[in-house]
Amino acid sequence: MSTKKQEYKKTGAQEHKSTGTQENWQPKIIAFLCNWCSYAGADLAGVSRIQYPPNIRVIRVPCSGRINPIFVLKCLQNGFDGVLVSGCHPGNCHYISGNYYARRKFAILKTLLEFIGIEPGRVQFSWVSAGEGEKFAQVVEKVADDVKKLGPAKRFVKRI
Amino acid sequence: MQSLENELKECARKLLTEKKVDLIIGYKKGALPLRSTPCFIREEKDVDSLIFDFTCSNNLATYLQKSKLAEHRTPNTENHGKIGIIAKACDARAIVQLIVEKQVKKEDITLIGIACTGILDLKKVSDGLDGKEILNYKLQNGEVLFQGKDFKKPLKLSDILCDVCKTCLNPDPSVYDSFIGEPISGAKTEIVDKLEGLSPDERWEYFEREISKCIRCYACRNACPLCYCEECVVDRTNPQWFGKSTEFSDTFTFHITRMLDTAGRCVGCGACIRACPTHVDLAPLGIKIEKEIKERFGYTAGLSLDVIPPMATFDEDDKQEFIM
Repeated sequence: MSTKKQEYKKTGAQEHKSTGTQENWQPKIIAFLCNWCSYAGADLAGVSRIQYPPNIRVIRVPCSGRINPIFVLKCLQNGFDGVLVSGCHPGNCHYISGNYYARRKFAILKTLLEFIGIEPGRVQFSWVSAGEGEKFAQVVEKVADDVKKLGPAKRFVKRI
Repeated sequence: MQSLENELKECARKLLTEKKVDLIIGYKKGALPLRSTPCFIREEKDVDSLIFDFTCSNNLATYLQKSKLAEHRTPNTENHGKIGIIAKACDARAIVQLIVEKQVKKEDITLIGIACTGILDLKKVSDGLDGKEILNYKLQNGEVLFQGKDFKKPLKLSDILCDVCKTCLNPDPSVYDSFIGEPISGAKTEIVDKLEGLSPDERWEYFEREISKCIRCYACRNACPLCYCEECVVDRTNPQWFGKSTEFSDTFTFHITRMLDTAGRCVGCGACIRACPTHVDLAPLGIKIEKEIKERFGYTAGLSLDVIPPMATFDEDDKQEFIM
């Protein structure tokens, strides 16, 4: 009895250890989706029964223009392995021009993050419309794939 | 140098006597050698204390921020009146940016442009003299002769100027009402990014080393002419976006956020770097953004009065190669 119990404990500990590093590790990805397009796109992917990786946690925002670069930095700081920001295609913004402003912000943010040494795959951006359930699934697949290849986020994670 | 200062004093005196301005913001001698301090002159008799040389490191545009304008209130009046301000190239660019952002009105400001050949980096001087105390110095033939209690050492001027001054893009003020000295020709057209050749890992190491020095005193923010928010996001407690510790990622998030907030507005004056007590090299971050803004949106901050800052506008045809 006692030996069995010990064995169980041992494997348990090993398993726990391996989640942080090897095959069993699953990335945590946060997705900021625009209410008017990408969020509906995700919904469409769902009702259409399209399979995509379960690694994303969705936060619905009113517009991609709502995304403050601090949100992205904060996510990386709090230990998310990847960040996806998705909004409406240019010209389709519910608020006319929110995504155009967002695009400028994202361009600078992405350049700067890559410059300081954050891997390019960690923070990604996409345009997904309400009708593109298929594309949404592809985007999530790509992001999950990229982040899995990169492994757990280490840089920028808050240590205390 | 002497004639430059005389010309400057003459100009300031003229502005004050003709009542074109109520206040002159300039520099006077500081308490220690190699130090200057901003001064605020209302009366003609004080004009003689004005100086201008390579020790004038503060960016005076900082004193035109709204919160500080209130402090310049002319006696017996409601507002700050007309202000004359001594502006080297980077100060002038910052002032232009403040005008563009409607923080101050052009008609209230008289820009006294001045020829600037670079500002001293006190860290380099201190390193060059092994940290010995300077009692006196003399500038001659591109060399500065420093004198202390038991030493005398010349340092080449070009070795002790700020990095941002050595790569200054526009050594002449972009906008001015009067100009002191000779315009400096030979403006550089390329932004120098010293970390460009490094790999991402090497850059990360560089920033890890630099940012770890930060003690979160916010001197960089306070010295910056364009950090004028009434309440800085880093000071907010509800919600609290930034941890208050000097833990690396908290510190770095603060610096990145400040750089992103000044994106397309930063004039690269280097006031933040000179203000830093621990000599954190923030320049590469700012330079990278400045370069990116120029390439993507074709904009350089503080060069002209009738523009919209790049982050406050958009173009339908902006490049979007990074978006899926």
